Amino acid sequence: MGETMVQEPRIGVYVCHCGVNIAATVDVAEVAGAAAELPGVVISRDYTYMCSDPGQALIRQDIQEFGLNRVVVASCSPRMHEPTFRSAAQQQGVNPYQVEMANIREQCSWVHKDQEQATKKAKSLVASAVAKARHLHALEEREVDVTPGVVVIGGGVAGMAAALDIADTGLPAYLVEKEGHLGGRVADLNRTFPTMESVPELLEPLIERVEHHPNITVLLNSRVSQVDGYVGNFEVNVAEGGTGDGDPPRERPLSVGAIIVATGYDVFDPDRKPEFGYSNYPNVITSLEMEERLMNGDLTVGGRNPERVAFIQCVGSRDIQLGNPHCSRVCCMYTAKQSRLVRESLPDANVTVFYIDVRTFGKGSEEFYDEARSKGVRYRRGNVSEIYRKPGDPDRVVLVAEDTLLGEPIEFEADLVVLAVGMEPRGGAGEISQLLKLPRSADGFFLEAHPKLRPVDTAMEGVFLAGCCQGPKDIQDTVAQAKAAASSALIPLVRGSVPVESATAVVSEELCAGCGMCVDVCPYDAPAMDQLWGVSRINAVLCKGCGACAVTCPSKAIRLQHFTAEQVLAQVDALVE
Amino acid sequence: MALKTAKMAEQLELFGCIQCGKCTGGCPVARKTDLNIRTLIYHMLVDSDMDVDLHEELWDCTACFTCVERCPKDVQPAELVIALRGELVESGRVPETVGTALMSIFRQGNPSSMARQDRELWAEGMEESLERAKEAAQQGCDLLYFVGCIPSYDQRVQPVARALMRVFEKVGLDVGALGTQESCCGNEVRRMGEVGLFEMLAEENAELFRGVGAERMVTTSPHCYNTFTKEYGLDDVEVMHYTQLLARLIEDGQLTLTGNLASEEGEKKRVTYHDPCFLGKQNKIFDEPRALLEAIPGVELVEMDRNRERSLCCEGGGGRMWVEGTNLEERLAFQRVEEAADTGAEILAVACPFCLLTLEDAVKVRGLDDQLQVMDIMELVDRALDEESEE
Repeated sequence: MGETMVQEPRIGVYVCHCGVNIAATVDVAEVAGAAAELPGVVISRDYTYMCSDPGQALIRQDIQEFGLNRVVVASCSPRMHEPTFRSAAQQQGVNPYQVEMANIREQCSWVHKDQEQATKKAKSLVASAVAKARHLHALEEREVDVTPGVVVIGGGVAGMAAALDIADTGLPAYLVEKEGHLGGRVADLNRTFPTMESVPELLEPLIERVEHHPNITVLLNSRVSQVDGYVGNFEVNVAEGGTGDGDPPRERPLSVGAIIVATGYDVFDPDRKPEFGYSNYPNVITSLEMEERLMNGDLTVGGRNPERVAFIQCVGSRDIQLGNPHCSRVCCMYTAKQSRLVRESLPDANVTVFYIDVRTFGKGSEEFYDEARSKGVRYRRGNVSEIYRKPGDPDRVVLVAEDTLLGEPIEFEADLVVLAVGMEPRGGAGEISQLLKLPRSADGFFLEAHPKLRPVDTAMEGVFLAGCCQGPKDIQDTVAQAKAAASSALIPLVRGSVPVESATAVVSEELCAGCGMCVDVCPYDAPAMDQLWGVSRINAVLCKGCGACAVTCPSKAIRLQHFTAEQVLAQVDALVE
Repeated sequence: MALKTAKMAEQLELFGCIQCGKCTGGCPVARKTDLNIRTLIYHMLVDSDMDVDLHEELWDCTACFTCVERCPKDVQPAELVIALRGELVESGRVPETVGTALMSIFRQGNPSSMARQDRELWAEGMEESLERAKEAAQQGCDLLYFVGCIPSYDQRVQPVARALMRVFEKVGLDVGALGTQESCCGNEVRRMGEVGLFEMLAEENAELFRGVGAERMVTTSPHCYNTFTKEYGLDDVEVMHYTQLLARLIEDGQLTLTGNLASEEGEKKRVTYHDPCFLGKQNKIFDEPRALLEAIPGVELVEMDRNRERSLCCEGGGGRMWVEGTNLEERLAFQRVEEAADTGAEILAVACPFCLLTLEDAVKVRGLDDQLQVMDIMELVDRALDEESEE
């Protein structure tokens, strides 16, 4: 992990045009010319696209031809192409930590108009990068072995699908479920849309497979109580059992390489919309209660089959006032399913769905919606504003709404009302978020690393998301995401090792006074006090190179590699010159 | 005169509307008049001009704010009605009775065309108490009592103010009052669209309150309470509706009601409570009025089906005290008193001067007088106080 001795710097500088992105505002030839005069610079060039294959080839050739041991690329943000240029340099034997970037696009050409001033600024930025490059040290690239195995938190459809894929590769999966049984919320459903499959017939074989899989350990009545470690080597503590009847939870430590979070969702509590009178009227029920009735084949109200059944969409969804701005994505379809089933079993009943927009984006969904309507389900556009009891009739309620297509306020009498309740983040999501340091999006669901390109990854390496804990979705999407999370989680496990950051902080033991302030400020728990020697030691695998300890240390005993005082001050000096 | 819609639509953030219809669906007057707030919003969004003169139904709105409560997108539909009324007010195209009320507020500080110097009439029989309170306001007091226009002038509501004053004295609160210096709070003025006059009142009143320097203020009317808490910016003053203050005094043991309202045979008095829009829906004060009623010995509280968030507007607010609207035949108050009578209650309790007057009228028109009596909660509290003092 050490740094090699500083060689005599031989620096190549490459100024990128980025087409016209940089070249239209910055005089790139002038910048390259000025760089050529800087101490240590052996060769300086400008080129249309440095990131292109010929651009990279140019760097590789120069390294060979001029014996370069430092490379400075003046182009875009390092977030964009630092890995590209590091890898190009490495191919010719230059240590990747001896590549430095000067951002003359986002921080210069894109934000300035005056060409003269922009060129001047670009020259300063390049001089600053060159100054740092002169002081760069080679750092050793490191890898650590991973512990095979994955902890999956949540035993619903998402967790089970993910655990099965992991286990089928031959690796161990630990499925942690807080309830006393597997199946999650799907177990409360009757049939699926759009295929009308029986849920028990779908779910039971799945549970069966999970329970009997030799590589899956199912931990019921269990909760994750502590998580330490990092990608490849997590130490997860599970509090197992503890159902309350004099049965204290047992701590079960698990060592795994990755974690999949599949903690699901909460169902919206309709009492938060008091205007629907959910608690006042027994014939106002939630869609989940409707699933139960459909499962039992009992739709009666007060001993009679209802003549008029109303469904209300978007209860608790698309509602900014409630803090639920999102669409729950499943209610349109399950309402189509339920209303159709009601029509089928009560052919004389008036079945009416009150909606704002009908969203049927899934495969086969629009066709399913067509079918529900063709069975005689009536759709009326306009969401219900209030429900009250029909005067003089305790078994009937009145829905007040506006039929917005007619432009008329209406009063609709119903014997049974079904509230299409939406999905909310789990009440315990905050706890999981703290345990795993998982960020959440504005809607409270867990935040994926990138909505399009890294949809199951999280900001925490080695932690992946599956199912509704990331946002509302149906069973198809849940299983697809679970399988994606399983395959992403398998990447480090299959590789067998994970690369770790080399630009980490190191303690100089002779200077360390053992005050422990580094331990207090580190967000990643990387430093720990060595009680025997009374000095701090930093776990280089946990360290992310943020530098908080280095600036805090009163003895200046901590040095952040790749951002040493010497390097940063050289950069600053060059800027103010 | 055609109104250019674009600017107003943007200022009121109407573009958030998804036309779900919950506003019009919940609007208590939409079913009986041409007022359709959702289509008004839609016209504001899709048309470039609007001829506001054609919308006489704008004066039907009671400013109950059910539309605002129900809107899932946090659009404020009622504010559009207020803004469009403002256009009419600006050019003087207002119903005559509204004009008279606004002029009276401007000149005399009350909407009822009464003289400012008669504002203390409510305190008849307790002039000394009022003098003490006025003196306290001069000296700086802990609690400022804002009586309000209707309780000051209307003989039916004056007893409510007197009863409150009696409670303050009984508990020994350091209470102040403004006497003839008090002016209309402006809550209905703003809702009738007269923004200029409202701003003037708010500025003058706030100045007056700052002069007294009381830390707490209590109002008789939920309407005054509403504008003081939401539209005055009285950051240093805790404003309370009287039901809040009294519920707290009872909870803290400072006020005990000992008189019993049960019959001599021990039969409890059945009371139902009507949530005023400006207290309930708009300010979520549902529990305190009920706690107060339940603290009165001998009272049995029974609920109407439509209560709390689902309470039916009596149609007396938002300026509707001064304009009849386009459908007089089916006053919502008629429906409401029948709902109250259906509970078997003898008393329909309210906590708002407008509700008191509107519902009492409805009881008379519907011929329910011998069955149902409309009373302010304060009048019931007063009875429980009186009977105690007789003991």
